[in-house]
Amino acid sequence: MTAFAVTGLEKRYGSIAALRGVDLELAEGELLGLLGPNGAGKSTLVKIGCGLVRQSGGHAVVCGAAAGSRAARSSVGYLAELFRFPGWCTADEVLSLHQRLARSSGGERERGDLLELVGLSDARRRKVEAMSKGMQQRLGIAQALVGAPRLLFLDEPTSALDPAGRRTVRGILEELRARNIAVLLNSHLLSEVELVCDRVAILLDGSVVASGRPEELMRPRGVEIETSAGVRVVEGALREDVPRLVAEAGAAGEPIYGIRVLRSTLEDVYLDAVGDEA
Amino acid sequence: MTDALTIAAYALRESLRRRVFVVVALLTIAFLVLYRVGAGKAFEETENAFPPVGVEPDEFIGSTLLGMAMFATLFLGTVLAVFLTLGAVRGDAERGLLQPLVVRPVGRTTFLLGRFLGAAAVCAVYVALVYATAVVLTGEAGGWWPDRLVAPAAELAGAVVLLVAISLLGSVFLSATTNGIAVFMLFGAGLVGGLLGQIGEAIDSKTLLTVSERTSWALPFEALYQDGLQRLTLDARGLTRFAVELGPFGGGQSYGAWLPVWSIGYLAVVLGLAAWGFACRDL
Repeated sequence: MTAFAVTGLEKRYGSIAALRGVDLELAEGELLGLLGPNGAGKSTLVKIGCGLVRQSGGHAVVCGAAAGSRAARSSVGYLAELFRFPGWCTADEVLSLHQRLARSSGGERERGDLLELVGLSDARRRKVEAMSKGMQQRLGIAQALVGAPRLLFLDEPTSALDPAGRRTVRGILEELRARNIAVLLNSHLLSEVELVCDRVAILLDGSVVASGRPEELMRPRGVEIETSAGVRVVEGALREDVPRLVAEAGAAGEPIYGIRVLRSTLEDVYLDAVGDEA
Repeated sequence: MTDALTIAAYALRESLRRRVFVVVALLTIAFLVLYRVGAGKAFEETENAFPPVGVEPDEFIGSTLLGMAMFATLFLGTVLAVFLTLGAVRGDAERGLLQPLVVRPVGRTTFLLGRFLGAAAVCAVYVALVYATAVVLTGEAGGWWPDRLVAPAAELAGAVVLLVAISLLGSVFLSATTNGIAVFMLFGAGLVGGLLGQIGEAIDSKTLLTVSERTSWALPFEALYQDGLQRLTLDARGLTRFAVELGPFGGGQSYGAWLPVWSIGYLAVVLGLAAWGFACRDL
């Protein structure tokens, strides 16, 4: 079943077109990375999915209901790029409030599980104002998971986290996939997206300019051969060409110390797609 | 309704934990202490100096003092109402506090209603308590009690509830600072309208009286305050009434039986506009 689908989605802010006919689909349990430069329309797309912004045209459907409707919002968890919880609330109180609003019957057990999932079990009674930015970010992720949503919108979830925190979030994303929760991950961290996402979509000026599985998007870039003469790259060569290249080097009396098939990284794909906008 | 009450409880707790509440509480205590000292001295020192023939001194002093206390209470209630709501929508959205809540399956109207109920409850209880304390302090200092006790409190509470709604409406469209300034300017406009009415009465100017009356209907929190004020000395007659009406906090003006109806309708329109504006707003 499709968790999130948009067709011909448009959004204009006055004379500025933020989205220009975006088509996108996210299956249940799928992890989709949304990439693009600042102002490409990523946050707008996420906000339309959450019902925070109304589209100017096209359709957005969340778990079978129109995005923004009560039914759609019941299926959604959201972590905003810029968010804040009241400083006077404890972690437990924040989750408790969201449980009531999400009509979750999980109670104390759900709160405990979520705080454990994001590594905040020891901070249950700590006030938000006494938490580091990274802890607040992780509390934000726990908040987004209240009520067991079927679709999660994460807008830059690791922007305030240190490397260890990012690894924790990657672990959480893997766990969500195992629970069949669909995730739309909006991130600038290409390495992170490459590591965890099933598919990526690259937005530029409000349009999808590339999408697919990371391995489909990454193109062969040639074969790197290290010989006594140094390292050279045979552009355009494929994995299938390796035996021939080895044989040729041998015939030329060059000892081979290493050989590597090169593929473009997601960063190369991204930079090719967005061009000067990067 | 459960969702609205959840939001209201959240707003209530937020109100009580915000620094503005502590500031207003301290100001209120300072005001009441000063008021008690001032009231005691006023009754004491005018005991021999007054009255001119036909003027009841306790009623004149008591109603003037309590009228001033009502104005101070309305002002403090307005400060509280404005600071609890000035950033409720746009301000909270800009700070990122609003989005996690609005994404939940709670209607935006419900959310707004909850915020309104929370702030209105705090402000209404606050002005009712301060007014009641001022009444007790006045009675204890000079043995004078207002002709009507409950109606002025209810009208003061109604006035701040209206100001809460106006501030919430402003918070949908304006940034927090702009909204705060705008609501205080409206409050000032109402106050000026009331003063014009008193000047108009003193110099018998129909134009000023008309301007005052229309301003009060346009900004009914002022009409409610004026109506409550005149109930303090509703039974006063003759020269005493004349003397009370000449004072800066005396007299007030009756707006009749339609004022509650008008105020409730006004409140509904203001909240309706706020709900419509919030529903149309991209966050």
